[in-house]
Amino acid sequence: MRWGVVVFPGSNDDQDTLWAIEQVLCEPAVRLWHKDTDLQGVDVVVLPGGFSYGDYLRCGAMARFSPIMEKVIEFANRGGLVWGICNGFQVLCEAGLLPGALVRNRDRRFVCAMSYVRVEETDTPFTHLCRRGEVLRIPIKHGEGCYVADAATLERLERNRQVLLRYVDSNGRATREANPNGSLGNIAGVVNEGRNVFGLMPHPEHAVEKWMGSDDGLKLFQSVIAAQRGAGAADLTAVAPGH
Amino acid sequence: MNWEQLLRPVDEYHAIEHGLTPEEFERLCRALGRAPNLVELGVVSVMWSEHCSYKSSRVHLRKLPSTGPRVLQGPGENAGVIDIGDGLAVAFKIESHNHPSYVEPYQGAATGVGGILRDVFTMGARPIAILDSLRFGSFDHPRTRYLVEGVVAGIGGYGNCVGVPTVGGDTYFDAGYNANILVNAFTIGVLPANRIFRARAAGVGNPVMYVGSKTGRDGIHGASLLASAEFRGEAEEKRPTVQVGDPFTEKLLLEACLELMEQDAIVAIQDMGAAGLTSSSVEMAARGQLGIWLDLDRVPTRAQGMTPYEILLSESQERMLLVARAGCEDQVRDVFAKWDLEAVVVGRVTDDGLFRASYGGREVARLPIALLTDEAPVYDRPARAPSDLDARQRLRLEEIPQPHDWNAVLLQLLDSPNLASKSWIYRQYDSLVRGNTVVGPGSDAAVLRIKGTDKGLVLSVDCNSRYCLQDPYVGAVIAVAEAARNVVCAGGEPIGVTDCLNFGSPEKPEVMWQFVEAIHGIRDACIALRLPVVSGNVSFYNETEGHSIPPTPTIAMVGLLEPVRAFTTQWFKNEGDVIALLGQTREELGASEYLAVIHGQVAGVPPWIDLAVERKVQEVCLRAIREGLLASAHDVSEGGLAVALAECCITHPEAALGAVVELPASMRTDALLFGESQSRIVVSLKRRNWARLRDLAQQLGVPCTMLGEVRGRRLVIHPWIDVECSALREVWASALPRRMELAAVHDEARQG
Repeated sequence: MRWGVVVFPGSNDDQDTLWAIEQVLCEPAVRLWHKDTDLQGVDVVVLPGGFSYGDYLRCGAMARFSPIMEKVIEFANRGGLVWGICNGFQVLCEAGLLPGALVRNRDRRFVCAMSYVRVEETDTPFTHLCRRGEVLRIPIKHGEGCYVADAATLERLERNRQVLLRYVDSNGRATREANPNGSLGNIAGVVNEGRNVFGLMPHPEHAVEKWMGSDDGLKLFQSVIAAQRGAGAADLTAVAPGH
Repeated sequence: MNWEQLLRPVDEYHAIEHGLTPEEFERLCRALGRAPNLVELGVVSVMWSEHCSYKSSRVHLRKLPSTGPRVLQGPGENAGVIDIGDGLAVAFKIESHNHPSYVEPYQGAATGVGGILRDVFTMGARPIAILDSLRFGSFDHPRTRYLVEGVVAGIGGYGNCVGVPTVGGDTYFDAGYNANILVNAFTIGVLPANRIFRARAAGVGNPVMYVGSKTGRDGIHGASLLASAEFRGEAEEKRPTVQVGDPFTEKLLLEACLELMEQDAIVAIQDMGAAGLTSSSVEMAARGQLGIWLDLDRVPTRAQGMTPYEILLSESQERMLLVARAGCEDQVRDVFAKWDLEAVVVGRVTDDGLFRASYGGREVARLPIALLTDEAPVYDRPARAPSDLDARQRLRLEEIPQPHDWNAVLLQLLDSPNLASKSWIYRQYDSLVRGNTVVGPGSDAAVLRIKGTDKGLVLSVDCNSRYCLQDPYVGAVIAVAEAARNVVCAGGEPIGVTDCLNFGSPEKPEVMWQFVEAIHGIRDACIALRLPVVSGNVSFYNETEGHSIPPTPTIAMVGLLEPVRAFTTQWFKNEGDVIALLGQTREELGASEYLAVIHGQVAGVPPWIDLAVERKVQEVCLRAIREGLLASAHDVSEGGLAVALAECCITHPEAALGAVVELPASMRTDALLFGESQSRIVVSLKRRNWARLRDLAQQLGVPCTMLGEVRGRRLVIHPWIDVECSALREVWASALPRRMELAAVHDEARQG
């Protein structure tokens, strides 16, 4: 399978995502330049972290209008896998591919720290190698990661089991203290109704080698790889993270 | 005003307004054989400013060692460059942005980061890490919280957006910085050793190209008025002299420049930093011993009707000037267009040795390059030790009563903002982007891997200004020694230094004495530890209302670690490990944090240091790490042995581990626990490695004492201290947030 990582002006974690895919997971990947209009036949599109167009207006608000995004939206609507990390999550919300929005953190400050997130649902291509309720250690780094949505949307998200990740403490409890940015319902990641578009604030690409402090992020990448290979989830649990 | 009025000859009154002395103005007129016009006066005033000319420091900076087998580029360029082997090199530099950060903390700090990033990628290096050395006033001062909040947000706002991780630094709080904070930013980048870009113009007729943001009216005279004169409490009115940062444009500029550097189109390149277009063009011409001509009509401007004076002196950010190979103009334009940036030919290299600028079809400035650079004034200013030095250095230990509750003393010290966790600060910085951060903020030194190699870089920044206030020579020696020791504790071999020398007014003999003493201290320490100083920055006039800041010669140390997996951190790792101390504890309390926090005194002399001993202690530690003997290594610094042991217990990112140790009662208890004797390192190791460590130490004649072992969840120092690690951690972790959240409450009260 082939990964595509979109490079917006101001993308920062694009090369880190590529490193995780190419160097750690040894999978082929291409860069998709924001001015291009060709997805080069990739199987999954990643919108990486960073500050696209400086994020001076509203995070992701400009990137959503770049030429490549038109194709990404078409791709998603055809059922293609699209994965937004941090700024990529913000772009997906701005593009209407995911519900809700990401606003300034509760304490109005940027936060870079290790976070614990609980996997809520495993029937998606992004999480099916995880156990339900499993706690992953993945770092966060954002100033605008507070997930908000109106009550009806939140209710629908919960009903449809679209919340994939929630901030928890090390024991797996979704407390206020464990919530680093004030996200409603401690939401750290959501999937669309079609379960093919996923956005999360934590950075799995920064948790792919033990020396990074955690390699839990691999499980998400490996889920996508396994899903694309079309094998059943049951066999795939044998594909252990790490080397 | 009509810009042509700028071309009239000026008099001494204008010159003094521009910060020149009457003598300097006379010298200028004599050299030109006429009075300059206002545009020329503006150019001369910035080039002759302390900030650009180093006129008070130059004679002393020459004393610093700047050569060595690894040095590829010493001082005099945008950054120093050191060879790290296998065809790779690192470029690094530290720079101050003190006054702007006091006037406008967010933008001042942000543009400080922006400037130092440009200095490094100008050399052809991709920046891979930022460190920040910050000095704020006391929390009792009403402006401190506002400044901390703004500076930290500014550093994060810029560095995070550009996508270069901020991986470490140091922060101290002292009333001596109440009205003059320090913001020193360091950047390091990696480049091919055989492809260093320099700012030396060459090739008469080659085009001079302007790239990046448009020129606006911001930051005019930042270098001469803000950085080269003392404050008189007019922070508010000087706000317009502070530049505004645009990290997004910087990111594009960085990527575009690095992409262009892959092609053979650039002859010379320099960041437009302090004094903008003027200093970048003049300095490039000076290094190439050539001339430069600028057509100011072609400079992209942000505002209409900008005068030539404003265009030349603007310090708008995110701009670079480069000399391109003739015929490569389109190639340059294409690369910048890809990144949505402008690249414009604004002049050319000449052979007349002159700085010439035209505007509206007229020549508006014509000045000899040499007059602006090599022939700028140089002062060997008088230096004299302060008359009260002896009195300040006196300390009668017998008059210092010893406390009874040592647990309480330890807790009180961990609550001191200088010793407390700086997590409130560094959590606001992206320390992970680029995926190289092996050890981020929170240990003695940061460690970064270099992708595609087995190498790691180890970075630390250090300066105890209380030591420097009590004895600037010893203080500077310790700053170098401790920065190196921090690097060694992480497993790195120190290979190079950059310094940021922050002092008061050089026109005061007492300040000049501090400066000269500090230079001598850095020189001696660097010679003894075989370290070249490859770049640096001098920041004078850190004064407010006539008070100088404590002398602060900040030292940033770069170390090499190979293989990178051999890195070490400061915290205890395993229950049952042996805890040992390398080095010797003396009965010393002068200039200590204990004396300041517990007894409210700044007195005495800094701890004794012998550089030969220092070297040996570092060598034992480094060899032990390379042999894989150590589980942790932590430098003993402010707060002494007890605080160092507490830090080993509580700084583990996940779980605190306790320790049970015994110290022989060989001196005053407070000196034993909290004295800051130098050249000491606390290590922990498997019991089976103890004999080997002891032998290593013995071979080099370094004292090595077994103190106890890693055990349980309490820190026990027999027979004085016995506290739960969780209690220590709670105090240490909450000290800064507690003080900062007070500010948030006030803010809300004001807004509400």
